[in-house]
Formats: sequence, C-alpha cells, structure tokens
Amino acid sequence: MRPFTYTSATNKEQALKATTKTSHYLAGGTNLIDLMKEDVERPDQLIDVNNLDYKKITRNDKGGLSLGAMLSNSETANHPDIRKQYPLLSMAMLSAATAQIRNMASNGGNLLQRTRCPYFFETSMPCNKRQPGSGCGALNGKNSLHAIFGYSDSCIATNPSDMCVALAALGATVEVEQPGGSSRMIEFTDFHRLPGDKPEKDTNLEEGELITAIHLTEPVFADHYYYLKIRERSSYAFALISVAAGLQLKSGTITKAGLAMGGVAHKPWKLYDSEEFLKGKKPNQSNFEQAAEIAMKDAKPFEANKWKVDMGKKAIVRALTQAFEREV
Amino acid sequence: MKDIDKWKQNADLENLTDDEKMILDEMGLSGSSRRKFLKQVSAASLSIWASSYFTSELFASNMKDLPDNPQVLLNEIKVNLRVNEMVKPLTLDSRMSLLDALRERLALTGTKKGCDHGQCGACTVIIDGKRNLSCLTLAATCEGKEITTVEGLVKNGEMHPMQKAFLKHDGFQCGYCTPGQICSSVALLEEAKNGEASYVTEDFKKIEQNLNLSEEEIRERMSGNICRCGAYNNIVQAFKEVHSGNDEMPTWEFATQEQMEKAKKA
Repeated sequence: MRPFTYTSATNKEQALKATTKTSHYLAGGTNLIDLMKEDVERPDQLIDVNNLDYKKITRNDKGGLSLGAMLSNSETANHPDIRKQYPLLSMAMLSAATAQIRNMASNGGNLLQRTRCPYFFETSMPCNKRQPGSGCGALNGKNSLHAIFGYSDSCIATNPSDMCVALAALGATVEVEQPGGSSRMIEFTDFHRLPGDKPEKDTNLEEGELITAIHLTEPVFADHYYYLKIRERSSYAFALISVAAGLQLKSGTITKAGLAMGGVAHKPWKLYDSEEFLKGKKPNQSNFEQAAEIAMKDAKPFEANKWKVDMGKKAIVRALTQAFEREV
Repeated sequence: MKDIDKWKQNADLENLTDDEKMILDEMGLSGSSRRKFLKQVSAASLSIWASSYFTSELFASNMKDLPDNPQVLLNEIKVNLRVNEMVKPLTLDSRMSLLDALRERLALTGTKKGCDHGQCGACTVIIDGKRNLSCLTLAATCEGKEITTVEGLVKNGEMHPMQKAFLKHDGFQCGYCTPGQICSSVALLEEAKNGEASYVTEDFKKIEQNLNLSEEEIRERMSGNICRCGAYNNIVQAFKEVHSGNDEMPTWEFATQEQMEKAKKA
C-alpha cells in the first residue's frame, strides 16, 4: 500500500476543509482499503469520517425515512422501521457480502462501491476506469459477467451494489455537502452515471462532496416486495443478476410497481418502461412476462454474456411473482 | 435410546486401537488418561477436560508487553489500542491494519491472516460487540474502541462455551480459520438474541427477539467465514450446541472394533 496521511474528522467542516484532489474520505473501508492494497486506489490522504454524526434514521418531509450516511449497513437493514416500512431495502442489503462486512460498511460508502470487473482490479491489465486512456480489457476479453445495457467502448463494467438496486426501485434522493459549505440533493437515479467516455467517474459527485443522507420516498412496497439475487454460490458472492421488485396493489390491481436490476449496467438499472407497463394491470404470469420482455428489449449482450438476457427475463418474472405471492 | 446416548456408549469402548492411542497422545493425553478423557467427553462436560489441558497460559488473554519501539515509520500515528480489556499505546504507520497491529505489535497471533482482502473471515475480531474484519480495518481508526480477539474469549483460564463446543464437535481440521469462526459465532449469538434478520429470513416485517436459528439461517449468517477443510457441518453443530443450550449430537464418533478391523483389511 502506498503511504498516506491519516486525519480523523470530528465534524463535517473539518472533513470538507481537509479534502484535496488526491484525498479520499474513509468510512467502512471495506472496498477502499482493499483497493488500496491492490494498488488500484492511491490516495495520499485519508479523511476518516466515521465519527461524523450521520448515524440516525429519521422521518423526512416526503413521508419517508432518511438514512444517515455513516450508519452501518447492518444497523440500517435491521432497524425496526426499515424492516417494517422498507423490507425490500432490508432484504437487498442483507443479501450483500457478510455480517462482518455489513457491520463495517456505511450507507454512504455503499453508494460509492467500485466495480468488481477483474480488469479494474488487475493493475497489469488495461482499464479505462482505473487508468483513463489505457483501453478496456473486457471489451474483447473475458466479459461473461459484464454489462448488457448502457455501456460504451471505453467501459463495459457493472455496478456491484445490492442496496443501490433496491434504492433505484424504491425511489430516493441523496444529500451531499459541498466543500464550499452548501449542500445539494441528487435524485438517486442520477447519482450513478453511465460510463460514456469518462468511465473513471462512477457517480455525478463533484470533487470533495460528502454524502450525508439518503432520503427515501414514501413507503409503498411494504407488503409486496422481493429481492432476487442470482449468484455463483448461495451466499457471500456478488450478483450475476439481481432484481428488486416492489408492488403496490389495490383491489387486485397493480397501482404502482418499483423494478430495478443489478449486474447488468454501469449503474443500478431502473426498469422504467416495465414499471409503467405494470401500472393498472393485474398481477399475473402473463403481465409479468410482458414486463420482463419490455425490460430486456434493448439489451445488447456480448457473445459471452447472452445468458444474462434469458436469465434476466426469468429473474424479473420470478421476483415479481414472489413479491405478489408474499403473504401480507 | 437417544442418539447422543448411543454415541456416548460407543465412545466408552474398552479396547484402544493404535491409531486412537496415537491421536489421543498427540492431544496431550497419555494412554492411561484415555478412560478419563472418554468419560469426560461422554459426560459432555468438556469444561473439566479443557481447563486442565488448555491452561490459561496457552490461551493468554494478556497481550505481550512488547516495547513500543517503532522502526522507521511513514506518516506515524499514535493510537491507544484497547484489546481484551487491556490498553496499549502504540505508534504506528498509518497504513497498518488492525490485524497486523494485533499480530506484529501485540503478539496476539490468535487472529489469523488468511486472504488479507476481506474474502475469507480468518481475521474476524469483535469490535464494540460487532464482528468485523481486522484486515480491512486500519488500526488508526480504532482509538476508543473495545476489541476482543479469540484470546480474550477465555475468562479466568476457562474457555468460552463456543470454544468448548468447537472442540467437542471437531469444528475444524487444520484450525487456521477457527479463531475467526469462533469470534464470528460468538458475535452471532448476540445477533440472534437481538432478533437481527438475514437474507434467508422469511418475513422481514416480523420482528422478534431471541431467534431460534435454523440450520439454513446459521449457514447463511456464517458465510463470511470460509473453511477450506470443509468442516462446515461440525461448525454448524458446534454453534447449535451453544445457541440452543442443548447437548447436540456430534457428527463424528469413535470407530467400533469391527469397523477398525474392516478398515485394516481394506
């Protein structure tokens, strides 16, 4: 690991003031420290934000709950109010990693997880995300686990988060503090970005901005929810494909659907058209299958990851079925 | 007769094979103490047996008082590490992981370095009551935190019930992942008491305390501790024993005379 100076911030002003072009905020460290050991991340300064007071779950003015950015993933997923009102979020968060990692990982940090593309991790390989301009090793390499939506010639990596897939389905806003002292809100679906010609940027955060809270919209999927995570082993693995599904039903009709996929794009992939299609429909196999077809119609897989299209459709149908059939 | 009684009866066989003799000798038990050993195992009171053979010296919870004489350090930081109820002021390189600080600076080598990348769980320690990975934790971030390592689970020279259960149920082969498995299991006991959910929990909205974890739940919740020897069945059994408070049936048993004869001929 390369040398760095370590500063522990006791308040946000201190943290924001200390930030530079080459510094990193340190929260749980489960991704950052690993990447530093791999020589992928090379900050010359770590600003420890673990002691900042963003560790609560509070009610917001949108009728939803707000998650403190420094609260751990396990505390968030197991918070009684989250389990009761946003069980989809609990389920997705608990599918991720392990108890140890969830105890360490913060909510803010979860949003900033970097891709698990092996070319990104292997410093002897080309990777535009790690080293802009060096090329994409995966484009003509081993890409059976890569994106089928929204990629570019410079990057075909996927976002690894489970929490973020649920947040995309639920609807949320991210609050960030800026070094200048002001704060701003970013719509969750605008938080992560597609690679374009700047794959080194995973998100639309500006330099030095610090995530302080994630504001959830009003809970409407508390009864019918499911997070389906398909992986190479049944626990402690990143998703090959995942689907977060939430349904709001009134007298046997879908009044609102929340649908998003993981493992298919550079950002959590919200299925806008499928959500729209399901509105006003009956929750049955045929409608779920049509929603899945709609979701996959623009998929552009590579030879090696064509399986994601088929599996994706089946995963959507299964997640919607599980969400619908859940006993209320 | 209950299975567990049959197991005990089987364990109380009169004649000792050479192989058995060798294994028991390696465990520090002479031939003559074999009957005593079996009696104690069959009484399922490992504590008597364990406390007499695994002395507090072996499981020292006190960290060694190595002098704090750092060599050349870059970006040195000072941190008071509170480990197993002892505090030690240290001067460290900012890059040092908690794992390395424990092993290299405090001589607490119970905590193991497996992958050093958060993929195996061998370095699991308990920080402020929660299981954490010491390989991905910078020692610099640990000021004011209460750290418990596997050495700290021993109280007054007596092993933690989870440690005893791992012995009884043979919850290991090579033993390298064991300190992490045990720390993880001990923390999981608390998580179950607090009613925490896992991915395989049926209904996230149903919140209750003192969960009685199924085998599927235990396996999911222990998935952060990899055992390359594959002692998982025995680890689950050991956890169940402490979790349920019941005398659980071990997955291993002593070979009968006939089985031994058959094995020799094969």
